[in-house]
Amino acid sequence: MKQFVKNGISYLLLTLGALMLILPFIWMLVTSVQTPAAALAVPPVWLPRSLQWTNYIQAWHAAPFTRYLLNSVLVTGTTTIGQLVTSILAAFAFTHLQFYGRRILFALLISTMMVPGELLLIPNFVTLAHLHWLDTYAALIIPWLTSVFAMFALRQAFAAQPRTRYYAACIDGASNWQYLWQILVPANRTTIAAVAILQTIGAWNAFMWPLIVTNSELLWTLPVGLTAFTSDAGTNYPLLMAATVLVILPLLLVYLLLQKYIITGITKAKLSAGAGRQTPTTSTIKRENII
Amino acid sequence: MINAKPTLRSTLHALLYLAPLLLITATFTIWPVINSFLMSCYTKYNYFTDHVGALGGADFVYLWHDPDFHLAVRNTLILVGGVVPLTVLLALGAALLLNRINWLAGFFQALYFLPFVTSTVALALVWNWIFHRDNGLLNLLLSWLGIAPIDWLNDPRYSLLALIIVCIWRGLGFSVILFLAGLNNIDQRYYQAASIDGASSGQILRQITLPLLTPTTVLITINAIIANFKVFDQVYALFHGSAGPANADLTMMYYLYQKFYIEHQYPVAAASGVILFGLIVSLTALSFWYFHRRSLRLGGGR
Repeated sequence: MKQFVKNGISYLLLTLGALMLILPFIWMLVTSVQTPAAALAVPPVWLPRSLQWTNYIQAWHAAPFTRYLLNSVLVTGTTTIGQLVTSILAAFAFTHLQFYGRRILFALLISTMMVPGELLLIPNFVTLAHLHWLDTYAALIIPWLTSVFAMFALRQAFAAQPRTRYYAACIDGASNWQYLWQILVPANRTTIAAVAILQTIGAWNAFMWPLIVTNSELLWTLPVGLTAFTSDAGTNYPLLMAATVLVILPLLLVYLLLQKYIITGITKAKLSAGAGRQTPTTSTIKRENII
Repeated sequence: MINAKPTLRSTLHALLYLAPLLLITATFTIWPVINSFLMSCYTKYNYFTDHVGALGGADFVYLWHDPDFHLAVRNTLILVGGVVPLTVLLALGAALLLNRINWLAGFFQALYFLPFVTSTVALALVWNWIFHRDNGLLNLLLSWLGIAPIDWLNDPRYSLLALIIVCIWRGLGFSVILFLAGLNNIDQRYYQAASIDGASSGQILRQITLPLLTPTTVLITINAIIANFKVFDQVYALFHGSAGPANADLTMMYYLYQKFYIEHQYPVAAASGVILFGLIVSLTALSFWYFHRRSLRLGGGR
């Protein structure tokens, strides 16, 4: 009986917490199908009497959202694929190949993960200006074609693979290139997929960089286009909320479909990346337990 | 192919695999790090001609005397101080509850994580509407509790609080998921031993769960500190491209953006970036030290 009450309280608290977290999403959906007048009514209308689905069509055509969507898809797609390819190649070299300065180079790359990306903003902007790349797709894509974080996560996965399989493949006459793409990559597809999803979310939601390096509307991605749209929408909140729903919808669908998988993937990747930083405290705890 | 030791040949071979990553990282990460430290020391810099007058500490002196920068540092510290402890506590509570239940646990996890995968900018716009003085959801809910409407986004007394709410809301789910992973990593034998010894659930929490969770807590705290020091997207979208009423939501990142992108004072912006970096590093070190000392104390008390 006591257990039953305890569980009941747990569920009650969790439901309250979940409600707080998803309330903005619900409010966004409710507003998005209202008429402008109903949205500004006092007291607010919770259940709109007539559903204004046309808000979505109207919002989509009120600004070049199709163009923004294509830009977002292009930038997210190319940067994610680029990051995967460059990181897979480098992770393979760090785990399977011998070369001078391997440890030093690896340490140098790992230390760059500590640097906040925002510190790089200004010098990178200047570099792009001198290359005359500002306000082009190159500015949106090329600096993001690699990721040390992705390389690190893949290196951890590749390092855990049995060495004997690599030796067997070499004896059978496979080249490094063949072994990498035909055996190692398929064997690590879950890790690679997790990294890919993580990078996709990051690229899709990126805001500050695209805001700064683009001027012309033709190059805007969805988040940049959406903030620009706020001034057009003014106090027409239903239209703005409809546009917001459309902007987050693609990633939301991906998330809902692959939800379980994304959460475990992100946890694994983040915890393994954080493992290095954790060591001092972990060792303290181990010491404690021995005492 | 199978080398025990590196040779010139094998090094060249490996370089082919490393070249793409190295080239881009060197150009867009390693060189800019050096460059931004250099840039923060530029004086009389002309961006168009890339002409540097001299090197010196003038940009840091400027920041030292700039009231806007003081405000940005103050706001950022208040933001971090408000968001991080609350996020860690709330996330720990939610994770402990989620860890107790089986039925619907996955469903709750998915809901809690939702804010983290959706665009910050898009959701800050939704929050902008929620904070609306006359028609917003928040004031409606508060009116049921008998609280008079608050002008969240135009009253300097409340607008930083509004930003804190948005930041907690956004980061909570991620911390919950990390805490859950940390809880799963705790060896179940400790709990079995404790129940044999007749420990109460409060004792188990204080003596087993929390101490063994320390590495996860450190990771989450540091993650939250770093993330909230760099808040920009939320401010930009929440206040439609301004830093809030009377600069009440001017964060350090927003200050950097203003100096750099609006006022074109690159060296000053670079110097503020260097200070931001220094603050993040020192606070990270401080939280390491704090947890380290605390875990030692817990160990010694036994």
